[in-house]
Amino acid sequence: MDLALLTEQLLNGVQFGVMLFLMAAGLTLVFGVMGLINLAHGSLYMIGAFFCATVATATGSFWLGLIASLAGAAAAGAIIEIAVIRRLYDRDHLDQVLATFALILIFSEGTRWVFGSFPLYLDIPEVLQGAVALPGGSQYPVYRLAIIIVGLAIAFGLYLLISRTRLGMRIRAGESDREMIAALGVDIRNLYTVVFALGAALAGFAGAMVGALQSVQVGMGEPVLILAFVVIVIGGIGSIKGALIGSILVGVVDTMGRFLLPEFFELFMPPSQANSVGSALASMAIYILMALILALRPQGLFAARA
Amino acid sequence: MKPMMSRESIFNAVLLLALLAAPYIALQMDEPFYVSLATRVAILALAGVGLNIALGFGGMVSFGHAAFFGVGGYVAGILSQHAFNYEPLISWPVTIEGTNQMLVIWPVALVVCALLALAIGSIALRTSGVYFIMITLAFAQMIYYFAISWPAYGGEDGLSIYVRNGFPGVNTMNPMSFFLICYAVLIVCLVLSMLVRDSRFGAALQVARQNEVRLASTGIAPFKIRLVAFVISAAITGLAGALYADLNRFVSPSSLSWHMSGEIMVFVILGGVGRLFGPVAGAALFIVFEFYLGGVTEHWQLFLGLVLLCVVLFARGGLIGLVAGRARHG
Amino acid sequence: MADAVLRIDGLNKQFGALKATDNVSLDVRDGEIHALIGPNGAGKSTLIQQISGLLRPDSGTIRFLGRDLAPLSVAERAQCGLGRTFQVSSIAPEFSALRNVMLAVQAVDGSSYRFFRPVMKDRRLIDAARAVLEEVGLSDRADIVAAELSHGERRQLEMAMALALRPKLLLLDEPMAGMGPEGSKQLTSFLDALRHKVPILLIEHDMEAVFSLADRISVLVYGNVIATGAVEEIRNNAQVREAYLGEED
Repeated sequence: MDLALLTEQLLNGVQFGVMLFLMAAGLTLVFGVMGLINLAHGSLYMIGAFFCATVATATGSFWLGLIASLAGAAAAGAIIEIAVIRRLYDRDHLDQVLATFALILIFSEGTRWVFGSFPLYLDIPEVLQGAVALPGGSQYPVYRLAIIIVGLAIAFGLYLLISRTRLGMRIRAGESDREMIAALGVDIRNLYTVVFALGAALAGFAGAMVGALQSVQVGMGEPVLILAFVVIVIGGIGSIKGALIGSILVGVVDTMGRFLLPEFFELFMPPSQANSVGSALASMAIYILMALILALRPQGLFAARA
Repeated sequence: MKPMMSRESIFNAVLLLALLAAPYIALQMDEPFYVSLATRVAILALAGVGLNIALGFGGMVSFGHAAFFGVGGYVAGILSQHAFNYEPLISWPVTIEGTNQMLVIWPVALVVCALLALAIGSIALRTSGVYFIMITLAFAQMIYYFAISWPAYGGEDGLSIYVRNGFPGVNTMNPMSFFLICYAVLIVCLVLSMLVRDSRFGAALQVARQNEVRLASTGIAPFKIRLVAFVISAAITGLAGALYADLNRFVSPSSLSWHMSGEIMVFVILGGVGRLFGPVAGAALFIVFEFYLGGVTEHWQLFLGLVLLCVVLFARGGLIGLVAGRARHG
Repeated sequence: MADAVLRIDGLNKQFGALKATDNVSLDVRDGEIHALIGPNGAGKSTLIQQISGLLRPDSGTIRFLGRDLAPLSVAERAQCGLGRTFQVSSIAPEFSALRNVMLAVQAVDGSSYRFFRPVMKDRRLIDAARAVLEEVGLSDRADIVAAELSHGERRQLEMAMALALRPKLLLLDEPMAGMGPEGSKQLTSFLDALRHKVPILLIEHDMEAVFSLADRISVLVYGNVIATGAVEEIRNNAQVREAYLGEED
């Protein structure tokens, strides 16, 4: 087997995982602090991508687009938190699922109304175009490498934010005891809005970054949302550390599965058959991983709440 | 004194009669399209009746019932494709032929979905709350992606059923006859779900929702009760899937998608969770909504979202809750 | 000693740095009411949770009718005849009092896996449940939805559910809590009458009730049983007076 190809696929897996982390971090924070399951998180990812595409097209600057994606998704997050999500904290999970499912319908159809069904495309900025040589001789796109670096930097920043700042202290307090932070005099409503907007901004940012790799279209957030669910179920709901490890795990297993399983079956099957068996199994790989982890640890790898 | 019939029962009777009358009136008015609309209501209501057993009676928020709906559909599609092509389903170690008989397809769909639910449920029910929601969703996605990437039965493009499967003594290609078959299956399953609700098993299941610790302290293991209910629930939804494939003469991965899971859940909620006829009312409302609003704007889903949001935030009893007031228990 | 229905040996349970159960050994004998007292936070409820199976001990054994309970789930323990009530009444709030008790009857009387016969037409279930409701004095409230019962009535309902299981041991977790003087008095005489039908492990703060009911008393302080003995012994035990009774008045 080609080592260079293997390295490339591994990096792709890490890159995918890092993007998943940006989604999963917001989901898991919102669940950990507010006890809310938010299906509309994928819509925020989509909104970020559309903001980026629109602003980048209008101004010609990907960087402005990126800033717009952060600001736009954060604003959208804050608005839906104040208008809708806030009413759901005391409701059961069924109501949360349905209301946020309704939000998906509204956002998806609303976006389709405004932008139509055709995908938009984002250009990778010039500095990040091209490729670097990997040890082993192959080339790897700079942009993907940049995603990995930025994603890891954000993960580190998030860690600092939560462990070192006042806001982080309140978030941690909120995870362990909601009444306590109310007693501390923290305005819990504002805290919730800020946490939700933070999660939204991360999702929107991820949407914009991935948008430049693939395309920007309605419904793009949904597959990612479900993978992010798998990630936080594996990692343990409410745990940022679990989200990071779960993301990388899912990213790598998924990418490597798609790469390796067809090759594996070719060892003892005709190629066309091996390809279909391999890719069918690969598409199930992370779910099988999830089932295995849950069978052993029903609360995930790093359960934040007993 | 209790009145002879509660408002809920009157509403239920009217609902059933209206659903039966609608296609006849449509035929009188020479609008055969409405017959297939009524058939859709009956089938989707059936899918909801299945979910309602897990969700409404047992409090299990399954966000993966599309898995059963879709697999039921694929059972119908795959069996009839093999029958159509005169290819055995498997030829070793025993030969199993395909079939185009609903009376064979239904039991197969029931059993396959029950076994699938047994596997999914025994993992998913080890968890609860939000984990359960996400895990059922994830398993359904797993099957969805499998269906997309497995080329033998159409992959992403889905699978056509060239001739609607048959039923002894009935011309199933006649829309009215097919409607009546679906309607009858719906009634049978409604009665079944009523019996289950009122039975000893149903009592235990409802207590599993209301107070799990109480159930266990009474000596009844909640896990087993839930698992059995999950299996029954999945089997009924799977049966609906088989009928739905026959209605469209087509089955595709979209019937396995999480949107479908969400929609089945919406039928149950719009009608009223835990109400016996909630799914019927919900499915009818959904289809009427889709049809009329869909006629006005192609972006009807946006308005569906708004209505759903309002129902969740402000009218939690659903349609039957509005008509009949709070649920009575006894 | 041969008559111990429940025997706990060297039980330990730790939450982080807190030893909630510290090498606890005690037994409940046939025909007795064994009261477990101790200040708040002494670990009484933690102990009950371990007996009923909601918590797993870190070490030690719990034997019930000679059988090791460790491998059994909550439901299996209940099937063995371990009936209990909770500190905060645990009932099915949407069901009537009658249906609550019927659930308990159905749990001991045959199977819960019957799918077709409506329970409300099952005379055996209904009659047995009504009889138990009568026993606890709740028969005129049989058709009221449990959520609408008063606090005291819920306590009675829970007791009825526990009794309907025909238990071989009753674990009662503060049954007098919030009952008021009149209710406590009634419950005391009810438990007194129950004494020879079923052994009871009684956790209770109401000292008047404890002293009038208990055959033996164990005192739990910081997870530790500091004394076990007959009522008079405990009353006169200096250590107990200091650790516990002293703070009463």
